[in-house]
Amino acid sequence: MNFVIPNFAPAIPEIALLILASVVLIGDTIWSKRCQNATYYATQLSLIIVGWLIVDSFTVHQIVTFDGSFVRDTLSDVLKIFTVLIALGIFLFARTSMQEKKYGSGEFYVLGLFAILGMFVMISAYNLITLYLGLEIMSLSLYAIIALHRNSGVAVEAASKYFVLGALATGMLLYGFSMIYGATGEINFDKIAAVIATGQVDHTVLAFGVVFVVIGLIFKMGGAPFHMWVPDVYHGAPTAVTLFLGTIPKIAAFAMVYRLMVEAMPGLLKDWQQLLIIVTVLSLIVGSIVAIAQDNLKRMLAYSGIGHVGFILLGFIAGTFDGFASAMYYVLVYAITGLVGFGMMIVLGKGRQEFDRIDDFKGLNARNPWLALMMLFAMFSMAGVPPFIGFFAKLMVIEEVVKAGFVWLAVVAVITAVISAFYYLRVVKVMYFDVPEDTTPIKAVNRTTQWTASFVAIALLVFGLIPSGFINLCYNAVALTH
Amino acid sequence: MFNALQNWLSSFLYDWLAILITLLLQAVAVILPVMLAVAWLTFAERKVIGYMQVRMGPNRVGPAGWLQPIADALKLIMKEIVLPAQSNIYLFVIAPVLAIAPAVAAWAVIPFDDGVVVADIDAGVLYVLSVASIAVYGIVVSGWASNSKYAFLGALRASAQKISYEIAMGFALVTVLMVADTMNLTKIVEHQQGGFWHWYWIPLLPMFVVYFISGLAETNRAPFDVAEGESEIVAGFHVEYSGMAFAVFFLAEYAMMILISFMTAIMFMGGWLSPFEGIPGLETLFAWVPGIVWISLKVAFLLFLFLWFRATFPRYRYDQIMRLGWKVLIPLTIVWVFVVGLMQYFKLGPWFN
Amino acid sequence: MTFETFIFYLLGFIAAASGLMMITVKNPVKAALWLVLAFIATAGLWILAQAEFLGLVLILVYVGAVMVLFLFVVMMLDINLVVLKEGFTRYLPIGAVAALATFALIYMVVGPDRFGLQAFPAPTPLPADASNTKMIAVPLYTTHVYAFILAAVLLLVGIVAAISLTLRRRPPKEVQYQDIDAQVKVQAKDRFEMIKMAPVVEPEIKKEEKEE
Repeated sequence: MNFVIPNFAPAIPEIALLILASVVLIGDTIWSKRCQNATYYATQLSLIIVGWLIVDSFTVHQIVTFDGSFVRDTLSDVLKIFTVLIALGIFLFARTSMQEKKYGSGEFYVLGLFAILGMFVMISAYNLITLYLGLEIMSLSLYAIIALHRNSGVAVEAASKYFVLGALATGMLLYGFSMIYGATGEINFDKIAAVIATGQVDHTVLAFGVVFVVIGLIFKMGGAPFHMWVPDVYHGAPTAVTLFLGTIPKIAAFAMVYRLMVEAMPGLLKDWQQLLIIVTVLSLIVGSIVAIAQDNLKRMLAYSGIGHVGFILLGFIAGTFDGFASAMYYVLVYAITGLVGFGMMIVLGKGRQEFDRIDDFKGLNARNPWLALMMLFAMFSMAGVPPFIGFFAKLMVIEEVVKAGFVWLAVVAVITAVISAFYYLRVVKVMYFDVPEDTTPIKAVNRTTQWTASFVAIALLVFGLIPSGFINLCYNAVALTH
Repeated sequence: MFNALQNWLSSFLYDWLAILITLLLQAVAVILPVMLAVAWLTFAERKVIGYMQVRMGPNRVGPAGWLQPIADALKLIMKEIVLPAQSNIYLFVIAPVLAIAPAVAAWAVIPFDDGVVVADIDAGVLYVLSVASIAVYGIVVSGWASNSKYAFLGALRASAQKISYEIAMGFALVTVLMVADTMNLTKIVEHQQGGFWHWYWIPLLPMFVVYFISGLAETNRAPFDVAEGESEIVAGFHVEYSGMAFAVFFLAEYAMMILISFMTAIMFMGGWLSPFEGIPGLETLFAWVPGIVWISLKVAFLLFLFLWFRATFPRYRYDQIMRLGWKVLIPLTIVWVFVVGLMQYFKLGPWFN
Repeated sequence: MTFETFIFYLLGFIAAASGLMMITVKNPVKAALWLVLAFIATAGLWILAQAEFLGLVLILVYVGAVMVLFLFVVMMLDINLVVLKEGFTRYLPIGAVAALATFALIYMVVGPDRFGLQAFPAPTPLPADASNTKMIAVPLYTTHVYAFILAAVLLLVGIVAAISLTLRRRPPKEVQYQDIDAQVKVQAKDRFEMIKMAPVVEPEIKKEEKEE
């Protein structure tokens, strides 16, 4: 038995996050009675420490450790840093929302930290088992976070739906994994890729494995035709949780798709490309058309999220590293924009009532012009109106798809983008041109959230005006990774 | 002995038939003494508790009451088995079988002496643990199938209690495995050679106590017998059973008691090893005593503890049982796993090498 | 057919049949019990495949712990079977077709054609003294230690989630919690106080006596 102690250094952020999350978990039981905000501050501090640890050991090389179950590369570092940054914002909004709506407890932060740990594990996974475990750590935390608001019937219903369908998706994914393992006899991504590259593998088994894996992935990402849970879950969950659900898990999902499709199964490009094309077209159509009929902003953003998943997958369909980079850019932009979109409901949601119907936004310009402007930024960015950052995200993805020769897909994407612009702009119209029933000025719940939302919203504009830095970051991250 | 028998049988029978007959004989050779031990254990229980309460105990049937178990068995066999009309008949009938089968099956790996064992398997400890864990189904199924409130309450109590104490029990055994570096019961005993101060009860004293307490709870014995709890829920899970069906539950309970005692003797008290090992003079003086006598003496002592506890302790309240299991025993065992790990890593103490 | 093949088919049949019973039987408690049988048969199959450790652990963990808790819950539920069975016959044809199609696909893909003995020759039997436990333990703590720790984290998350979702602390006015530490630590002086009192003198009684 020749056992070499693995190199722990690359995994220090994960280890630190696990330790800090455990400390917060134990600490919460001790200090929650005396000081209400202690858990919140401890959580934010933990995130900052972890973020600093990643930045401090930022790598431009690929480091594989733990016998090939863990990988640290530029892509993972960039994604993790963004996860931490967005999570900081999420917890900031979430605390305000939970205080205002009078629910929640320290477990929200603990489970949130564990969910982020799961995302880190997914982002850094380099074999099938690790990827699965990361996914489950994240999903289990998310199911629980949704149900934490247990006096709310809709929240519990949303959690149950998410749980049942999530379990089904996990089953599909594992079934696919087992087929891939059965065909190749390997679980490490690089070895799977190597075995597939030899061409000695039974293609039928692999193809079926890919089908099940893609179904599982799309389920988890919330793309059509496996999107049924998305609107109900987003709608049912409390806004603070919807904010969590709608942003950073997408980053982890991107990493999951990247690791599986690009690093483990590049040899099966033709197989998964066809599947993703179907999924993408359906997602784009569902995301753009069904969202029109929604009168609840959370539901609308949920459907629009399905459309965004379609755009992210467009980058994968391109099948080139530039394409993956554009998908990465898109997912990061989407997560940041989501932070403003969902966050605005918290900023405006004073009192016990949720502020999530589109009618609630009626005449917002008259009631609070500054926040209406910020919301306009978010909606424009999601719709892809230049010069906001969302425009460049859509542009890059479509450009890569065209380069790869799928012009018809690009046409579909553009058409659906135009259709979806309709409902984003409807929110803007409601805010600026409709007459509110209640003309009293609305104040933000508190200063911190107001300025955080404003800061991020303005960043959407600024990074839209000078897009090259952010785009280059993504392209370089992907370029350094392969 | 059985190998020779099998060879002789296979000389004129099919191979598989020879194996089957040998296996059956082996099973009978183990189960019959166990069942007889169970019968007289009930007698011992009544006598011991009787004397502890300054009574005579049964003393009418046979000389000094020694034939009492036979009389009890005859009585129970004669009695009618009542099937409650509203019960779930199949499950009601199958429940006693579910209770007795694991209690008997677990004996397959118990070594009575060096090499005297039906199946000397590598994962013996695990086998005993998993087979013993199935025993709870007899209680749960009987409680549910009886369609009676009291039986149902007994079943619920039993299922929660057994699971809780199984964890402590498992962890206590983990420390033994760590020290012995094997799961084979014969090898665990061999590792304890060299005098009674080498037996694991000294280095693992807390685990010895925890294991025995968990054993009490696992077998639903006083002071943890809330599953029966005759003062609260009549007779718990077997309130609707009568005659032989009722007796089978008792057989299972007492067989489990003896099993737990055997396991404790093997794990912590050196199994069949002589307590005089390594003591000059006494060792040679008692060298002629077969190992089976030593292990029987140890088991008898442990069984006496079972009876003693029943006579001494008042019954725990249900929430207190749960508290003891989850908040005292399990943390203690987990801590001790780490203690043993550290002691082994730093090679502390004379027991670990 | 060797003895082992016979046992294999027997256990396989029991596992499949009890699995089928589990999903068709009406009573949830019975369904859980069928599932237990399926687990035991599967454990037997694993032991037959020389994975004794896994087989025994399957019984210990799933049969001995998980399913008992499951039964514990299911026994207490009052499930309305009529509502559950609603639409069963309506969706039966579609369900049957889907199940058959899935089975056909699975059989074609992972059936004997591709994963038969020609493609994957039977492994050589392990020597009699091979320790199954060590064979699992060594990779678990070396090669797969990262995944092993993550699995522990997953369980921790499960514990946190379960407790935070179900623990409802009721105010002390409603429920009297027993504080055993306080009970143990209690001293005589906390419970018991000696009070010195002056003797009560009742002079009036004497007066009455005199009057008489």
